[in-house]
Amino acid sequence: MSDLTLLSLAEARDALKSKKISALELTRAHVEAMEAARPLNCFITETPELALAQATQSDAKIARGEAGPLEGLPLGIKDLYCSKGVRTTAASRILGNFTPTYESTVSGNLLRDGAVTLGKLNLDEFAMGSSNETSAFGPVISPWRRKGDPAAKIVPGGSSGGSSAAVAARLCLGATATDTGGSIRQPAAFTGTVGIKPTYGRCSRWGIVAFASSLDQAGPITRTVRDAAIMLRSMAGHDPRDTTSVDAPVPDYEKSMGASLKGRRIGVPKEYRLDGLSAEILALWDQGVAWLKDAGAEIVEISLPHTKYALPTYYIIAPAEASSNLARYDGVRYGIRETGRDIADMYEKTRAKGFGQEVRRRIMIGTYVLSAGYYDAYYVRAQKVRSLIKQDFDTVFAAGVDAVLTPATPSPAFAQGEQGSTDPVEMYLNDVFTVTVNMAGLPGLSVPSGLAANGLPLGLQLIGRPFDEETLFSLAGAIEQAAPKIDYPQAWWRGA
Amino acid sequence: MSVDPAVVRRIAHLSRIAVEDKEVERLNGEINAILTFVETLSSVDVAGVEPIASVLPMQMKKRADVVTDGGIVDDILANAPVREDNYFVVPKVVE
Repeated sequence: MSDLTLLSLAEARDALKSKKISALELTRAHVEAMEAARPLNCFITETPELALAQATQSDAKIARGEAGPLEGLPLGIKDLYCSKGVRTTAASRILGNFTPTYESTVSGNLLRDGAVTLGKLNLDEFAMGSSNETSAFGPVISPWRRKGDPAAKIVPGGSSGGSSAAVAARLCLGATATDTGGSIRQPAAFTGTVGIKPTYGRCSRWGIVAFASSLDQAGPITRTVRDAAIMLRSMAGHDPRDTTSVDAPVPDYEKSMGASLKGRRIGVPKEYRLDGLSAEILALWDQGVAWLKDAGAEIVEISLPHTKYALPTYYIIAPAEASSNLARYDGVRYGIRETGRDIADMYEKTRAKGFGQEVRRRIMIGTYVLSAGYYDAYYVRAQKVRSLIKQDFDTVFAAGVDAVLTPATPSPAFAQGEQGSTDPVEMYLNDVFTVTVNMAGLPGLSVPSGLAANGLPLGLQLIGRPFDEETLFSLAGAIEQAAPKIDYPQAWWRGA
Repeated sequence: MSVDPAVVRRIAHLSRIAVEDKEVERLNGEINAILTFVETLSSVDVAGVEPIASVLPMQMKKRADVVTDGGIVDDILANAPVREDNYFVVPKVVE
């Protein structure tokens, strides 16, 4: 076979199974692609020796007939997942020299199932950002380029920007990601890849560096819907070490591919037709509606009246939880330490040096909204509005809607430096369509649906009932089939 | 509601993050931009609404109250910036 990086995860799995290729060949091809793509800055830490050793083991297991569901498949791991014996940074200076002595449950599940791990993928610092520009290890450059504008460095979205860019650039067959307000779905939409944030509780959060614990959820980014279904099955499952993980069987999600959509009711929320939303995004959305209708689904207009409050609610709850979670970085147990004249001075200097600007700002906002005198006005009120946002979805699902279709992002990807430099809120608006899903704990999937006039990909988002990821895979499969095929960019970065 | 430079310094201290004088003005503007953005929540009628506790109607699992882990001092200290024997070392706290 010629270029093994052109295979989808499912195709590579099948080729390994039928012994058309070896795990070692497949891994070598991806290691070579990873090393040639350093100009994109997708990886913070490459682990080629580990990957090749894992691949050798996988070949032995395949030969013995003991292959796991992901045996020999090279994946990338977002550098928010702790990897035993491999530096794990959360893209922060404060954890720049941290090497966990344990493996996160979800990445451990992938290893259990035979996956090969190529390295640790770049992200926004502590997963706070929508463009991968806040990483202490430098921004990731998307493999995509704007039409007629090769000089512009396009962002891969964030926070899982290393994951989305590496998958789109064919450096790995799939990647782990995490999503607190849109950090799987927005980068997937920006890079023409598939990303699913499963229901809160579907994947264990144990061993994943915490950002906002009531919102964080792990999920995969892949090039096809089937590949996402395969990866999620391995990632999901109950973990006694995370009390919010749900003890329920994990379905074989791949089986939901190709299921009939006849009679499925798809809600289209009128509140997502934001003032000023571009004609291009509206047309994409209408196209998605038409594709699902053609596939047999019934389309109904729905109302989610508290939609416009979701992003403001998020910017109270997420920083509040972050300020609490990030209190642990104090220069005592791990991470960098700056010396100070006393312990408080040491904490303050360590944290000032170790955290980047966006993270410092969010910790301060979170500290403010939780502080005496402001707690009720900000935090408790936000938690009440969050109840209302969730009730909006409960009402719609109780009325018989199976899933909701929306755009994934309000625009295609932008270039480095184009957003948020003067007003942080401008960057936050990237998550306007995705953040409601985290608020309500629901599963959400972004599927590539076409290209914008400037040549960059656009995605549609599907939102499902709790623990009904299967419906999302069926619907996304139908959109994937109907949509124009995504041609991932040629490797212009080779020799760049 | 909005903050002023004195409040910014107080929040920074509560957050245990040192800020330089030249940063205060910029942070003040950014924090106020975010507070203005979230101001819209004050117009929502939340009378009788319970603050959300969990997105899932789930009983938290409990386990037997027994020791399930431990004896891994070296693992715990492996990433310590400063250690001495089996201890983390910090600047003197008690005079």
